[in-house]
Amino acid sequence: MAAPIIRIDNITKRYGPLTVLDGLSMEVLPGEKLALIGPSGSGKTTILRILMTLEAISGGHIEVEGDQLYHMPKNGGLVPADDRHLHRMREKIGMVFQHFNLFPHKCVLDNVTLAPMLTKGVPKAEAQKRAMELLDMVGLANKAKSMPAQLSGGQKQRVAIARALALSPKIMLFDEVTSALDPELVEEVLNVMRKLAAETDMTMLLVTHEMGFAHDFADRILFFDRGRIVEEGKPDEIFRNPKQERTQTFLRKIIAAGHRV
Amino acid sequence: MTDWSGYIGLILQGALVTLQLTVMGSVLAVIMAFLAGLGRVSRFTAVRVLATTYIEFFRGTSIFVQLFWVYFVLPFAGVTLSPLQAGVLALGLNVGAYGAEVVRGAVKAIGREQREACIALNLTRGQAMRHVILPQALPLMLPTFGNNAIELLKGTAVVSLISLTDMTFQAQVVRAQTGSTLIPFAVILMLYFLMALAISHGMRWLERRVTRGLDGVRS
Repeated sequence: MAAPIIRIDNITKRYGPLTVLDGLSMEVLPGEKLALIGPSGSGKTTILRILMTLEAISGGHIEVEGDQLYHMPKNGGLVPADDRHLHRMREKIGMVFQHFNLFPHKCVLDNVTLAPMLTKGVPKAEAQKRAMELLDMVGLANKAKSMPAQLSGGQKQRVAIARALALSPKIMLFDEVTSALDPELVEEVLNVMRKLAAETDMTMLLVTHEMGFAHDFADRILFFDRGRIVEEGKPDEIFRNPKQERTQTFLRKIIAAGHRV
Repeated sequence: MTDWSGYIGLILQGALVTLQLTVMGSVLAVIMAFLAGLGRVSRFTAVRVLATTYIEFFRGTSIFVQLFWVYFVLPFAGVTLSPLQAGVLALGLNVGAYGAEVVRGAVKAIGREQREACIALNLTRGQAMRHVILPQALPLMLPTFGNNAIELLKGTAVVSLISLTDMTFQAQVVRAQTGSTLIPFAVILMLYFLMALAISHGMRWLERRVTRGLDGVRS
């Protein structure tokens, strides 16, 4: 079996007196599609944000491709990572946000080309060619010159996916990417993600409330509650035959709320 | 019967000095506003302290006193400035301190989401500031910058106190020589007003230019 691409070892995250993650450990294999589910406030989004280095950890260690994320080796020990180390580690990871976070002052094409040109020194023509391929993949090549404000939510999110892909990360993090969308726009974003999963061997971590999608998309489901992994397993095991009572309660509530499973 | 053309000419010469002070003072103010405003959000404590000290000092003391210090006290430290240089320096530093808070406020107003997108795209802090934060913050600064520029224009009148022959100074001269208060002061009233009008129109034009395509909608 391949070595894990992500190894999370006993991490803790506190905001003042509030403990969001409590001694959490988990591993992700290269190419694995992982769905993180659970009630809000259970810490699942926090994990993604920590992996993207948007939140510092209060304790523990994280390895990505064998390198420490928040620490770096020095004089035989580990010290907190400096900016250079963080920039090197962030190259491996991309993220798509719930609220898209496109740059409103730049057209779609420039949104996608900005980071490759700045962070990797890709020449403009090459960055644009690659960006057009990606926009074509998400079905928005005809919107390249549009401004984000002219797009629908689903289109914005597809641009955001193309933008993250432009840096060719090995790991993609999707943080409730359909939660801010009108119901009729959800499917177009999910389709792009299905395509991505089928056509690439990227490792993908997904926080979602779309249980049906999680079931079809993921190799493994992690159910979170109160900063801990309560239950994990193959989608069928979790959705058809959850063992933990908290998982059962959560799934019942979700179904009652009208979500498909 | 007084021949007014010569006196009006004098006032127009003064208007030129006022214009010079306003333009040069504004340039210095904008430079100081960005230096100190970005300094206030720096992650280096020393830079933040320096910027804060500058802002609080120049906002907290009167432009009148600052001008006298620059013109009459600095020479004791071996720095002698011409009245114009002293005027530009005092006005630019003073208004720049107000502008710095405008820059800081606008930069802070660009939300966490944009900053997080920059981190996720692995931009450096400098790249994020230059390519993402500032282009969006600039339209937010412009209306207040327009206000500040007009304040600076009106503030130029205090330089007549260090013998700079600006518009207000010349009006006083004309008043002393002709005994008429109404005409010279009506003329400079009009001139100040026209200059301020030009500034607000210029700023509005600039605002339209930088917000083109933005439509005020955040994505």
